[in-house]
Amino acid sequence: MEEFFQQLTNGLAVGGIYALIALGYTMVYGVLKLINFAHGDLFALGAYLGLTLLTSLGLNSRVGPLAGLALLVVFVTGLVALAGALLERAAYRPLRQSPRLSAVVSALGASIFIQNTIMLIYGSKIHVYPKGILPAVAVNIFGLQVPLVRILVFVVSLLLMAALFAFIQKTRLGTAIRAVAIDQDAARLMGINVDQVIMIVFLIGPGLGGVAGLLVGLYYGQVNFTMGWIYGLKAFTAAILGGIGNIPGAMLGGLILGVIEALGAAYVSVAWKDAIAFLVLIVILIARPKGLLGERVADKI
Amino acid sequence: MILKVEDLRVKYGQVEVLHGINLTIREGEIVAILGANGAGKSTTLMAISGLVKPSAGRIFLDDFPLHEAPAHEIVNRGVAQVPEGRRVFGTLTVAENLRLGAFSNRNQEQVEQIEARIYELFPVLKQRRDQLAGTLSGGEQQMLAIGRALMAGPKILLLDEPSLGLAPILVKTIFRTIQHINESGMTIVLVEQNARAALKLAHRGYVFEVGRVVLENSAEKLLADPNVQNAYLGGVA
Ligand SMILES: Nc1ncnc2c1ncn2[C@@H]1O[C@H](COP(=O)(O)OP(=O)(O)OP(=O)(O)O)[C@@H](O)[C@H]1O
Ligand SMILES: [Mg+2]
Repeated sequence: MEEFFQQLTNGLAVGGIYALIALGYTMVYGVLKLINFAHGDLFALGAYLGLTLLTSLGLNSRVGPLAGLALLVVFVTGLVALAGALLERAAYRPLRQSPRLSAVVSALGASIFIQNTIMLIYGSKIHVYPKGILPAVAVNIFGLQVPLVRILVFVVSLLLMAALFAFIQKTRLGTAIRAVAIDQDAARLMGINVDQVIMIVFLIGPGLGGVAGLLVGLYYGQVNFTMGWIYGLKAFTAAILGGIGNIPGAMLGGLILGVIEALGAAYVSVAWKDAIAFLVLIVILIARPKGLLGERVADKI
Repeated sequence: MILKVEDLRVKYGQVEVLHGINLTIREGEIVAILGANGAGKSTTLMAISGLVKPSAGRIFLDDFPLHEAPAHEIVNRGVAQVPEGRRVFGTLTVAENLRLGAFSNRNQEQVEQIEARIYELFPVLKQRRDQLAGTLSGGEQQMLAIGRALMAGPKILLLDEPSLGLAPILVKTIFRTIQHINESGMTIVLVEQNARAALKLAHRGYVFEVGRVVLENSAEKLLADPNVQNAYLGGVA
């Protein structure tokens, strides 16, 4: 039982990370009906920027662990959000009126460009996050010894998801984002500047993805320049699982995938860990192509 | 206030579908635009709203050149449109749809006042304010689409086939509402297939045929015109 709950908490932490990345896929898909293939690489960029902030700037040793973590989150979010907005400007906006395939090719090109830029700057070897960023202690939760970092990863992703959900559901701008996802021309008739809304989505999605990269660095203690590919695919799976374009779906899909994967690794085989995610993807695509929360009834009208 | 469309031409790809449209809409008028399917009525409204860009010609609201402005700015200048097929945001609530109509208005208090007036005009929307717009009936969706356009506090309202797909009794209600809105001072451009009802309501009308204006006159004259009667009113009444 102990093993089960350990794996469950591990799965929730990893699932929170998947969910944060998945939100970027799903939000961009929502407004542009485009898979941003460079999103995984923006996530990796977040992991590397976190590394630089920790090592070169020694951000953490100056202000203490918790304030340091908060600052890291803020900086990484801001920088990766900026990279996301630049990406939209350079790679997607010029192709808005072009055939779909052009944008897909541009997305793949952007992915390779970001990945190679990271490799050129940081080299192709694995980098290790500095030790002792967070105290290596465990917290007792109902008799279960859970590592502090695991709790922090989960709490940070949960807080960000809650903030995003409130923003999307409750604010004027959030409602505008939902409207643009439903019908761009109708949104224009409301006086909404659709280009601006798309830009905002490209700030939020990559911003969250960047934090996810930072969280992976903190959780596993190491990063490599190809990590964007595998995490990107997993998060994409999570977005499909929840129903692409659906924001709560991406959150749910990420958490479920994280848990399935962790339990699968523990009870089936670690070697199958990655295969499990793709098995899930295949099963959904066959059994429920619209995902768990995809296509609410009213969507059809 | 005056809306002027001058020699408007629009192309979809290589195909020109509007071949030089001229319109003048004066303050306080209801102007009907009639014409068969594909005559270019919706395209004209889309061009006024900035959703399609003219290949030639100019559009002015007073002295402001709408043809150079992006769609969202045209709304802010005072041109609201109820598009063909209503286009309400199905997975948003009635209240959210209405608030979006006033997207550019940052004055919360004013927005709430206008919203209250829309609920007076369409009490059924108030009952359904927290319901998803996609679950409303066709008539209710049309009321929502009109209410949403009014939320912008426009100077001129463009209506594209508001009676489309509605039962006769509802058509009557919608037309009465349009008249009511006009009587409170709103300038209205009314695109309709339902020519007789539209001309009874309108002050003036234009008749479109394949991308051209072929007739322009007062509503009474158009109603009495034998050509119009044959083509659009199903023979002599
Ligand atoms: N997006 C588009 N792409 C290409 N052609 C279009 C497009 N929209 C309209 N058209 C063509 O332009 C012409 C005018 O269409 P428009 O929708 O303006 O006519 P309409 O008078 O509103 O017709 P209806 O009464 O059926 O609504 C038609 O020949 C139509 O096929
Ligand atoms: Mg039409």
